Amino acid sequence: MIKIKGLQKYFGSLHVLKGIDLEINRSEVVCLIGASGSGKSTLLRCINFLEKAQDGEIWIDGEKVESKTHDLNEIRAEVGMVFQLFNLFPHKTVLGNVIEAPVMVKGVAKDEAKKEGLSLLEKVGLGDKAYSYPNQLSGGQKQRVAIARALAMKPKIMLFDEPTSALDPELVGEVLDVMKQLAREGMTMIVVTHEMGFAKEVAEQVIYMDDGKIVEAGPPEQIFENPGEERTREFLSRVLNPNKSPDQQSKKVKRLSPKKKVSGYRLEEAVN
Amino acid sequence: MEFLQGVLYYLVKDAPIFAAAAWLTIKLTFAALVIGVVIGLFFALLKISSSRLLTGIANLYITIIRGTPLIVQIFAIYFGLARIYDFGPFWSPAIALAIHNGAYIAEIFRAGIQSIDKGQMEAARSLGMPYPLAMRRIILPQAFKRVVPPLGNQFIIGLKDSSLAAFVTAPELFAISMRRAAATLADLEMYAIAGLYYLAMVVIFSFLVSKLEKRLKVDEA
Repeated sequence: MIKIKGLQKYFGSLHVLKGIDLEINRSEVVCLIGASGSGKSTLLRCINFLEKAQDGEIWIDGEKVESKTHDLNEIRAEVGMVFQLFNLFPHKTVLGNVIEAPVMVKGVAKDEAKKEGLSLLEKVGLGDKAYSYPNQLSGGQKQRVAIARALAMKPKIMLFDEPTSALDPELVGEVLDVMKQLAREGMTMIVVTHEMGFAKEVAEQVIYMDDGKIVEAGPPEQIFENPGEERTREFLSRVLNPNKSPDQQSKKVKRLSPKKKVSGYRLEEAVN
Repeated sequence: MEFLQGVLYYLVKDAPIFAAAAWLTIKLTFAALVIGVVIGLFFALLKISSSRLLTGIANLYITIIRGTPLIVQIFAIYFGLARIYDFGPFWSPAIALAIHNGAYIAEIFRAGIQSIDKGQMEAARSLGMPYPLAMRRIILPQAFKRVVPPLGNQFIIGLKDSSLAAFVTAPELFAISMRRAAATLADLEMYAIAGLYYLAMVVIFSFLVSKLEKRLKVDEA
């Protein structure tokens, strides 16, 4: 459904994507993982042309998309995107956010758009918030509205750019639940995420990126349990046990210090 | 005492003349500022466009207009352009004031638009909205709210600047006070009265702007 070949992206002299090749099938859920700065978000933004890659090809539904020959607005209308910081329109009600693009871009009649919008809001569990304004909602609710807003355009594929990274921990679940439901319904999804649990549970394909390149791609069992690359392994151990190493270090240092004078060497060893 | 009596005397006696002049001042200011807002918005959009040529045109306009005195611009249009087309004593200063304020308003709008989070434009574009639609439906409504205070300030400046129209024979507030001063020799009284009229208009207008500001804040809740 989406095929990417040799994608290169520079920001000025900064080489952000160094030749990305990727293929995503219909109804597949792909999770992009990797440290910040590895190019995951940029890759996502290149797919709906919020960023324009300098080189490489993007194929959607067997058709090569080029900014010169294609109306990018039409492409974007078919590719939904959910942002880390929600980006809801603060001057519009929740329902107003959802129906804006269907009415203004697709020319859907307002009554019909409202009906569909309300059922989408029901679906994400926010039917009762239709006439609230975004700043009256919690982060989790905002993100669910943002998902409904993207779905209102009936996209072929949904892109999620760290959809839960800005949320309080107790609100992450409600957003992930909506995303899981979407996945079950067969939506094609590309998700940039730090939620490894979600990736394990939902993804058909997990892609680990580092330094603008795809280091490793495969089914979650392979990536999480038996990564073929050392870099993947290192990254996963850092992400899955974020508190382990610093805790151990401090314990070690504490235990060492009362016993005897900590020499520079011992301290260094303990920290490492 | 004598001065205050004089002011009161002429305030009452000349009330119809001054009221008519104040009304012309309001019309002049209103016409100038409505056109000025259109000009300002137009050049603000040019200035933030990705085209260097359009940005350059906007910069040139803003630099020239902000860099030259208003009275020079009024004379240029009233006397200078008269050879091509005579706009008359009302529209000459109105157009000059519009062009003049447009340059400042352009900067106000530009700052307002650029103060809106970039994510708003991205979200709109990601939904398939073309740039002009996203600007009109998403960015500008939010930007307008933010520019109300500086725009109100610019309107107050514009109202007072309209007094320069007196020098191209528009019978507005300042022109009338000059004429009455010459006729009665009560200069201080007449200019005090003109000042009172301007002050009253500015106070009322400021009150309306602050009301509007509060209402817009409630809307966003």
